[in-house]
Amino acid sequence: MARRYSGRVISRIGSWWVSGSGILWVAGSLVAIALLIPVVYLLLRALGAGDAAWEELISVRTARILGRTIWLAFSVTLCCGFLAVPLAWLTVRSDLPMRRMWAVLTPLPLVVPSYVGAYLMISVLGPRGLLQHWLEPLGVQRLPDIYGFPGAFLVLTMLSYPYVLLSTRAALLRMNPAMEEAARNLGSGPWGTFWRVILPQLRPSLVAGGLLVTLYVLRDFGAVSLMRYSTFTRAIFLQYQSSFDRTMAAILALVLVLIAMTILAVDVRTRGRASYHGGDVGSVGSAVTVRLGLWRWPSFCFCFAVVTLALVMPAGVLFLWLVRGISAGVDLSSLWVSALNSLLTSGAAAGLALVAAIPVAVLSVRYVGRASSILERVSYAAFALPGMVVALALVFFGANYARPLYQTMALLLFGYVILFLPEVVGALRASLLQLSPSLEHAARTLGRGPLDVFRTITLPITWPGMAAGVVLVFLTAMKELPVTLILSPLGFRTLSTSVWSAVSEAFFARAAAPALLLIILSSLPMAMLVMRERERIYE
Amino acid sequence: MNEIAVKCDGLVKTFEDTGALRRLNLLVRKGEIMALIGPSGCGKTTLLRLITGVIPPDSGSISIGGDLVAGPGLVVPPEMRRVGMVFQNYALFPHLSVAANVAYGLQGPGRDDDVRAMLQLVRLSEHANRMPNELSGGEQQRVALARALGPQPDVLLLDEPFSNLDSEQRVQVRNEVRAILRMSGTTAIFVTHYQEEALFMGDRVAVQSQGKIEQVGTPDDVFGNPATRFVAAFMGETDFLPGEVQPEGVKTEIGMLQTNNEVRIGTHVDVAVRADDVHITPDPSSNAIVLTREFRGMVNVYRVRLPSGRFVHSLQRHTMQIAPATPVRVVMDPGHPLTCFPGTTP
Repeated sequence: MARRYSGRVISRIGSWWVSGSGILWVAGSLVAIALLIPVVYLLLRALGAGDAAWEELISVRTARILGRTIWLAFSVTLCCGFLAVPLAWLTVRSDLPMRRMWAVLTPLPLVVPSYVGAYLMISVLGPRGLLQHWLEPLGVQRLPDIYGFPGAFLVLTMLSYPYVLLSTRAALLRMNPAMEEAARNLGSGPWGTFWRVILPQLRPSLVAGGLLVTLYVLRDFGAVSLMRYSTFTRAIFLQYQSSFDRTMAAILALVLVLIAMTILAVDVRTRGRASYHGGDVGSVGSAVTVRLGLWRWPSFCFCFAVVTLALVMPAGVLFLWLVRGISAGVDLSSLWVSALNSLLTSGAAAGLALVAAIPVAVLSVRYVGRASSILERVSYAAFALPGMVVALALVFFGANYARPLYQTMALLLFGYVILFLPEVVGALRASLLQLSPSLEHAARTLGRGPLDVFRTITLPITWPGMAAGVVLVFLTAMKELPVTLILSPLGFRTLSTSVWSAVSEAFFARAAAPALLLIILSSLPMAMLVMRERERIYE
Repeated sequence: MNEIAVKCDGLVKTFEDTGALRRLNLLVRKGEIMALIGPSGCGKTTLLRLITGVIPPDSGSISIGGDLVAGPGLVVPPEMRRVGMVFQNYALFPHLSVAANVAYGLQGPGRDDDVRAMLQLVRLSEHANRMPNELSGGEQQRVALARALGPQPDVLLLDEPFSNLDSEQRVQVRNEVRAILRMSGTTAIFVTHYQEEALFMGDRVAVQSQGKIEQVGTPDDVFGNPATRFVAAFMGETDFLPGEVQPEGVKTEIGMLQTNNEVRIGTHVDVAVRADDVHITPDPSSNAIVLTREFRGMVNVYRVRLPSGRFVHSLQRHTMQIAPATPVRVVMDPGHPLTCFPGTTP
């Protein structure tokens, strides 16, 4: 028989390229290098500083910043747990009055960007704020100071408890009711069952949600800055603004990254162990609703208080400022420019992040091995990079090594891609993992090349998941603050920087319109999420 | 008929966990159905993946239809190999209709006609516009078969294709599949871990264990003359009875047994004894005792303890019922010579 392949004998290297994996590896490596730029740059800076760096690292100032950051992260996380567990249990398992409404409303504060939350809080509780204005006729001249720890704590708790709430609620819904029934049959009362059966099972998701909150607090820049509480992000920003000595900022940034990495590592470990299989067998029956009895109305008041403080009050205040602003004739024309800028940069960022994420996701799912798992870990570790750190590293990097990029849109988009890549990779991985590799294998044996298979099989099947990931990044980029603030070209305004500058100068009415737009935009993915969860609860 | 369709030569593939291949050789003749059987983790799926070309061998070579497709410095990608595959989970493209699934591997002007012909072959013409999730398991199976046969591959690989069907469907579907393969004259490698399925489907059977082929032969040959202790144990419910070779046969505790192996007199061997060769009758004077009865419907399988403490199994018609703890006389009545292997006990 004639040799069909003679004349086109394909070497191993050749087939490596033909099979498409060569291109993927090159692209994936480039992405990994790009992701490493910020940390490597900061490391070089810190090491280059020699003794000065060490002195800075062990200075009292650094210790104070560290103390403040950890104290804030700890107390916010703890308080979120205390709010979220009862809320989750009440909205999933009890006969709480108007349970469905609370189930929808309680996670909603998640959509408020932290600097918007802080702005609304300050405009009510701050000096010359609404509350003082209202109380003045009663003779109250001074309110307790909102700035510093109390303000930061209050805002961040109110905005981030939904992380714990959502993960706890998901776990409660997944939990096999048979276990509870077994506990009750074995003679355990409702309280005993909660403490000895439900709570231990919730622990993995409680820890996972709590770590998300901790990470949120560590990364937050907007709320702590407006509340003038110097955690790492604010200290870095002040240092960057006020002096030309970058060493200090670089070292603070490195310490922050180190802490965030630690949290992330703990998170990965607990996730690995968190597979408490409960829903696999006989989970069809739904759990019995627990009767609250005397506790019904106190529980109702609890939900009412949380939702009022975290949602109703901010919304009302925002509306008030909006009306005041419009009646005072605030110029709205700049709003449209900012909105357009936000749309364009976020859209471009989401698109670029998708392109960068595809090789990483495909390699880590389809070419399982040491190299691809390193690649995946690098992209995941970028979750620990706070926006402030990315911004700082890139601004220094641009000024020193990439002068033509300094103060350009390209550098801003680069920052966004680094910041949001982990999220897109996560979404792509999730949808690729649902696609059985045998489908692609089958397509190959039917005579189609790898790119053709990706186009005709992989993409059509996985695009909904991918699209969801991209939309999520798009909306997250809209409200991003520190990277936008530091890397934007001169005079370039987006919705988030508009809010920031107006609030920084205490023009509360002027901040209302862009803040409202931001909230509406970030509500969209949240609404999808809640709807999906609602279907699961009440179907 | 004796042309070689697939030739695997000294295939080595190392994995950290299971499924490695250790210098595996296999010849498949053109037009035959080769049933490949082995316990899970023996490397059956690895072998299929190497033949389709999604992974390269560490060393060794593969030829398909006389052409080298994998060897030193050469790996032909899957889409250029003319190897078809039917997957365990069928791997139908969920976003494409039945017809579009079958058309996926076809090209050229006669494409629509080919799709029609293939659907007719598997009797699914009226389902052409359905989506895969609207079909039953057996129908999905046939779509997968039509899709894989469409491009007329040099060899078709079937990876445990019936494992997702219930036992009733399985018997029917495997008859159909065998008929279709025969009708289209396809060379096939059929992977399974059910001995019954391997014996039924294969023109020849290859038994694989720990990354190597232990024996290749006709179903009767592999069942009746197992080449190794592993094949004997894996292909039937086999007990091994130690004995000593004497001029007139092998002397065991249940009597003199005839074997077809030529072994030096005085050697200690283990004779492979299948449950259907062992006959038992109640006998109060015997030292062998029935321990348990496993009722399987048409037959009973008895577990019998011999005086030495060893166990043999005996397969009897369901009408013959013996209660546990009954002493029985054990008689060998094979009607054919048995196979023996070097003894493990002195």
